[in-house]
Amino acid sequence: MTEEIVQHDIEQEEYLLNMGPQHPSTHGVLRLLISLKGETVANIEPHCGYIHRGIEKMCEKLTYQQIIHLTDRLDYLSAHINNEAVCLLVEDALQIEVPERVKYIRTIISELSRLASHELWWCAFGMDMGALTTYFYGLRDREKILDIFEETTGGRLLQSYNCPGGLMNDIHPNFQKRIKEFIPYFRKKLPEYDELLTGNVIMQERTKGIGPISKEDVISWGVTGPSGRGSGFACDVRKHHPYSAYDKVQFEEILFTEGDSLARYKVRIAEMWESLKILEQLVDNIPEGDYAVKMKPIIKLPEGEYYQRVEACRGEFGVYVISSGEKYPVRVKLRSPNFSNLSALNRMAAGFKIADLVAVGGSLDLVIPDIDR
Amino acid sequence: MAFSIYDLTAFNQSIHEALVQNLSPFWALIVEMTIIGLVFLLFYAIVGLFLVYAERKICGFIQNRVGPNRVGPYGIFQTIADFIKLLMKELIYIKNADKFLFNLAPFIVIIASFMAIAAIPFGLGLHAIDFNIGVLYVMAVSSLGVIGILLAGWSSNNKYSLIGAMRSGAQIVSYELSIGLSLVTIVILSGSMQLSTIVEQQRNCWFIFSGHIPAFIAFVIFLIASTAETNRGPFDLAEAESELTAGFHTEYSGIKFAFFFLAEYMNMFIVASMAATLFWGGWMPFHIPGLTSFNHVMDFIPPFFWYMGKTMVVIFLMMWFKWTFPRLRIDQLLKLEWKFLLPINLFNIVLMALVVLMGWHL
Amino acid sequence: MTNEQLKEKLLQVFPGAVISETTQYVTLTVEPDKLHETAAALKGNPELHFDYLFCQSGTDVKEALGVSYFLESTDLRHHLLLKVSTTNRENPVLDTVCDIWETANFNEREIFDMFGITFKNHPDMRRMFLDEEDWVGYPLRKDYVDEVNIIERN
Repeated sequence: MTEEIVQHDIEQEEYLLNMGPQHPSTHGVLRLLISLKGETVANIEPHCGYIHRGIEKMCEKLTYQQIIHLTDRLDYLSAHINNEAVCLLVEDALQIEVPERVKYIRTIISELSRLASHELWWCAFGMDMGALTTYFYGLRDREKILDIFEETTGGRLLQSYNCPGGLMNDIHPNFQKRIKEFIPYFRKKLPEYDELLTGNVIMQERTKGIGPISKEDVISWGVTGPSGRGSGFACDVRKHHPYSAYDKVQFEEILFTEGDSLARYKVRIAEMWESLKILEQLVDNIPEGDYAVKMKPIIKLPEGEYYQRVEACRGEFGVYVISSGEKYPVRVKLRSPNFSNLSALNRMAAGFKIADLVAVGGSLDLVIPDIDR
Repeated sequence: MAFSIYDLTAFNQSIHEALVQNLSPFWALIVEMTIIGLVFLLFYAIVGLFLVYAERKICGFIQNRVGPNRVGPYGIFQTIADFIKLLMKELIYIKNADKFLFNLAPFIVIIASFMAIAAIPFGLGLHAIDFNIGVLYVMAVSSLGVIGILLAGWSSNNKYSLIGAMRSGAQIVSYELSIGLSLVTIVILSGSMQLSTIVEQQRNCWFIFSGHIPAFIAFVIFLIASTAETNRGPFDLAEAESELTAGFHTEYSGIKFAFFFLAEYMNMFIVASMAATLFWGGWMPFHIPGLTSFNHVMDFIPPFFWYMGKTMVVIFLMMWFKWTFPRLRIDQLLKLEWKFLLPINLFNIVLMALVVLMGWHL
Repeated sequence: MTNEQLKEKLLQVFPGAVISETTQYVTLTVEPDKLHETAAALKGNPELHFDYLFCQSGTDVKEALGVSYFLESTDLRHHLLLKVSTTNRENPVLDTVCDIWETANFNEREIFDMFGITFKNHPDMRRMFLDEEDWVGYPLRKDYVDEVNIIERN
């Protein structure tokens, strides 16, 4: 009799494991409360808010120029793209036409950011899988991009190069030369990534069929960016709602239909090739002209509601502003891609092993400050 | 006192005789054991320091880095500095840990690796104990370490540690089979379990050449299984950093952590020297039957260097694995052992028996 | 579908609907009691098929607490801004839409956290970011007071 009860209890009992807030593979202060059955993950409950800074509240007391620099601190790996979203929103609201030169330069830096971000993702993904060498291969190439950033914008990680109406200053004379050196260099180095990790049997075994999610689920959960496109969700804002100079370049929207970790991995690798293609088309054709439009020192958006979407490195980034015609906005909502991507983590990784959870988390490429805002 | 770098038997004999003349046999034995113990301790420390340094340099080389280069020329004192740091670090006591077992675990791990060293032939005459079941002894003793790992995981009272320890238990119990069976293959070929006999038999031709196909298969399996046995990447599931933070030694700090760290490298050294002894002829120089002059040239290199060189090559291979491959998942790890290595191994034993029976070996 | 066509279509499906147009998106404003029904129809109707909720934001404008839903149809590629608001500041309750769009699950928890709007039928109505036990008030409301951390600027 007692034995039966004991047996029953053991089967019912869940082994709760706190992954985070300090854990090597959550890439930040994310806490995942995992219920385990043996090594199998039964349920994942994300607990967010460890670096919630109330950026949306702060924005209500800041001018639009100041808001730009707060959006840096969301997804710090696509800082430039987040800045761009706010600038585009302000420019659209005031109906300012920025010079072509600005659009080109913004697009180039966006794509460089995307490359840098995907490289870092590749590093971290390898680390999550236990292949420590990837980290140094990725960082080696990322360094070159950061050098280009440093020379032109002054910042390596957070560039703060955009301002409403254009750019903070003109590009460095070496800018084009450096990029033209970088493109062939990276075209040669990118196949190394495949040799080191993609083709590896263990890596293929660890990711194929792991964390699958269907196209319908991806749309319903709002999973965007490479993670969404790995399931066949055509969600590339660059393609469907072109901004800056994206309507002037030829590139493909990478779509895979498998929806597993390997598909999400392959999307990012293929996107690096596409980014190189975009860079090649733009770098030689930067038109002459002003680098910014003269703006009034105090920007007041007309009363109304504005929304701007851009394709950040991890998915669709959106800024929603309600303005009452004052210099401070009434409400700023920042739609962050990682928040939605995180919400689908349980859907993807439940039923797999702990090691698979790490692989799925790596393939989603979460950046925690972007979740917490 | 005859001292020859090629044959230390006479040197050892002279020490023994000098001791016996001056002391009673019992005390002579005690003194001899103390001397050997001290020599091994020193050797253990030096090899440990060297391997940590080597791993850092090799890892740096593989990862496009320089590796340690600040402390001393080429950073050779880096590991000594680290060792001093670990010695001086605070030992953190876990409130809810099982204190006795928690403190005992690192010692079990390190004692297990220390005991195995005794039976390994480092050179002609450089052999502490020459058991007639040397192969069995090394296997038995080196697998004791898992008890320490299990205890460490259990007594830490940490969920990550416990998962790591359970993984390690499952892993070592499985891969012990493969190691054992691949060694049995060689024992069939040699007909002896005495390590000195096995080395002596390889005077003309190493077993990996004389046993050709089955010996080669056994070597590959041994290499894979021993990498798993020592909990090194790509089989480092027990400490899987990205999953379990540090696995079974999450809660350890200071010198107790250093014990685990050192034991890992020493286990690697032991399995590498077993691979070198059983497959590559131990301290035997490389001989090609028939080429007398070539063989004489090879004989000029002292046995100890042959032995260390072969061991280092195996260790380099294992480091290369670690820094190149992603980690396996626990079910894949067990699948690899039970579905692939074990059947291949069993077949290989039959093949080896056939080869030996038919006299097809060289 | 252009915005004009979308407006016509919406009037067909929801007769007497309150439709306006901001510079970008057609805006449909609904009463709280019709919210779930409207949302379900917006996704279910094959000619509208708004299957992608790309942004969900709480708002506190002119004394009214509300929620804005930004919808897109992934195959027809048109957009809609669905708005709902309630003037009940003491105990605002709206219907959940997380059975229609799963992404609303986390977003509604965030809105509950920041604006104190409770979503009826939500499976897991807890705070998303802030401390569940200790935190008092809803920070993104305009009447939120925090004398220590918020510096009033004039």
